[in-house]
Amino acid sequence: MNAPQDFALQCPVPLRDYPQVLLAHGGGGRLSHQLIESLFLPAFKNPALDARHDGAVVEIGGLRLAFSTDSYVVRPLFFPGGDIGSLAVHGTVNDLAMCGARPLYLSVAAILEEGVPMETLRRVVASMQHAAARAGVQLVTGDTKVVDRGKGDGIYLNTAGIGILEHGRRIAPASVQPGDTILLNGDLGRHGMAIMAVREGLSFESAIESDSAPLAALVMALLEADIDVHCLRDLTRGGLASALIEIAEAVRRDMLIEEAAIPVREDVRAACEILGFDPLYVANEGRLAVFVPEAQAERALAIMRRAPGGEGSCRIGQVLDSRDGLLKLRSRIGALRIVDMLSGEQLPRIC
Amino acid sequence: MRFIDEYRDAAAVQQFARALTALVTRPWTIMEVCGGQTHAIIKFGVDELLPREVTLVHGPGCPVCVTPVEIIDQAIAIASLPHVIFCSFGDMLRVPGTQKDLFSVKAAGGDVRMVYSPLDAVNLARAHPERQVVFFAVGFETTAPANAMAVARARRLGLKNFSVLVSHVLVPPAMEAILSSPSNRVQGFLAAGHVCAVMGYHEYPPLAAKYRVPIVVTGFEPLDIMQGIFMCVKQLEEGRHEVENQYARSVRYEGNRPAQQLMQEVFEVVPRQWRGIGEIPRSGLGLRAEYQEFDAARRFGVTYLAAAESPECISGLVLQGVRKPSECPAFGTRCTPEHPLGATMVSSEGACAAYYRYRRPARPAAPSPSP
Repeated sequence: MNAPQDFALQCPVPLRDYPQVLLAHGGGGRLSHQLIESLFLPAFKNPALDARHDGAVVEIGGLRLAFSTDSYVVRPLFFPGGDIGSLAVHGTVNDLAMCGARPLYLSVAAILEEGVPMETLRRVVASMQHAAARAGVQLVTGDTKVVDRGKGDGIYLNTAGIGILEHGRRIAPASVQPGDTILLNGDLGRHGMAIMAVREGLSFESAIESDSAPLAALVMALLEADIDVHCLRDLTRGGLASALIEIAEAVRRDMLIEEAAIPVREDVRAACEILGFDPLYVANEGRLAVFVPEAQAERALAIMRRAPGGEGSCRIGQVLDSRDGLLKLRSRIGALRIVDMLSGEQLPRIC
Repeated sequence: MRFIDEYRDAAAVQQFARALTALVTRPWTIMEVCGGQTHAIIKFGVDELLPREVTLVHGPGCPVCVTPVEIIDQAIAIASLPHVIFCSFGDMLRVPGTQKDLFSVKAAGGDVRMVYSPLDAVNLARAHPERQVVFFAVGFETTAPANAMAVARARRLGLKNFSVLVSHVLVPPAMEAILSSPSNRVQGFLAAGHVCAVMGYHEYPPLAAKYRVPIVVTGFEPLDIMQGIFMCVKQLEEGRHEVENQYARSVRYEGNRPAQQLMQEVFEVVPRQWRGIGEIPRSGLGLRAEYQEFDAARRFGVTYLAAAESPECISGLVLQGVRKPSECPAFGTRCTPEHPLGATMVSSEGACAAYYRYRRPARPAAPSPSP
């Protein structure tokens, strides 16, 4: 067997500057992006991976299938509005849906820490079962490993999924066109702030519940109505800002979003204000951005608003002609600024 | 959101901007002291709405930026000890010392924890009597009362495993240092609203009178900042140099007396090093003699550490309003948030980070102010 090539030689980012993996490498910001771009992509290079999408679209025997995987290491395991089990189902279902696929089958791999109460595991499994039924998918294969006490965080889950594309469209960043309207299916930041509030023991006046939800039905509604969907992206780690910046950079198109049009619930906004967070970067688990031609935007909005999880849908911006690959934002007071990717996770500020 | 939305009202902000344009007759340079204000100015684009004659420069008011590299190195040395739980506010974790930052210490196995209040660190010390718990007590007058309370509580509880690494700084001495510098270009100040919420603004009239500069206590929302600039420019145009309070909804002349008393009980005024600026007399807070047992630097014997800054970094000049971040040759190339040369690039409130993050090109400069 040949030794693997030293791809670090052509690496654009000096990985030697990070002799160890930092938390920020998993934060969904610039360092995560660099890790993928400089380490994983060069190693595994192929057309499906190069599409830089939430899942891969592959063709097998004339069928177009979407394939995706994700791991869940959330702490705590149960939080307002959800738990690790439903999250693990929704996450992969949503990644498949973002490829324009109807999700069909999931696998689940559970890494359990010695000593986890069986009742906890039972609740997580029941939640997965319920979430799968709601999303119309079946969990058809799996794996279980147990690690020594202290070597895990209770329960880690990995899910992978397969879905089928029942249309000929290419729903991917590369299909984004100048003039496309960007739609959003509801308010931002609830998942991230819900987790933060319970994890860090912060008590806000009202309990913020996660927005964790399956998005496949909403996407299917758009596709069945023959909306010419150009791109879909769920807004998980890194939030709306990171998702849009990734697409803008991938297709080298500028985008303009309107701060005043982006809904953020009052309690989420207050929590963000207190900690010095920007809701644009806070994680969501039931939100997506939809790119459609302007001529179909109103009809798409009406369909989204009737679909489950789409009641709060709104238009937030558009794709511009210019080709710098920047995400721009018109602030509340009417000034333009650039929205940049975070270096790591947002950190609460001192004062 | 009540008391937020009113101060982000686009029509009101633009109305003030038009009034400012009508008022201004010549170039003026105003410094916003606080990093939170810098961040808000760039984030909302307040500076874009200003007339060309008004130049904003950014002040030393970011506690993360001005904490000396020696203290960061001390923090890193203590946090690397196996029996220590090192607690810090979140945004200090990414600040570079000479070799690394606290996040790297965590990645290498150190027990570094982010807390939201110094009292969380006291609770950790109670919960882990077998470990030494250290809290990184940094910040301006805003964080000093709570940090003082943590030390006072630890003493009341008789905790022998709690200590603080103190690097508190005070705003008015830094303003005076800027004004007395031969390279000063600041003609008026927006004073930091939340510092004044604690300390009041009785310290400012002597400064305003001695250096003949208007000082306007200003809040953090776009409308606050625009109104603060308007009030400052109005004084400059009228040849006045007084202390005015734009942030009256939060700030009283005398400030928060109980908070001040708590600070005075635990801390005393000391000379303090400012990262990038150097030592400023009577500009910091240190533990009083009766609280020395809680001094982490002594307890862990790290006071000997001395460190050097990157020679390329101009953050000291940026913090004094002498240079803009975009005027630095390393900006955005050899110095980025991922590989910062200095703290102004790494702190979320640092001027360089704000410029980098919103990637704003330098505005055309107004004609130089007349002497």
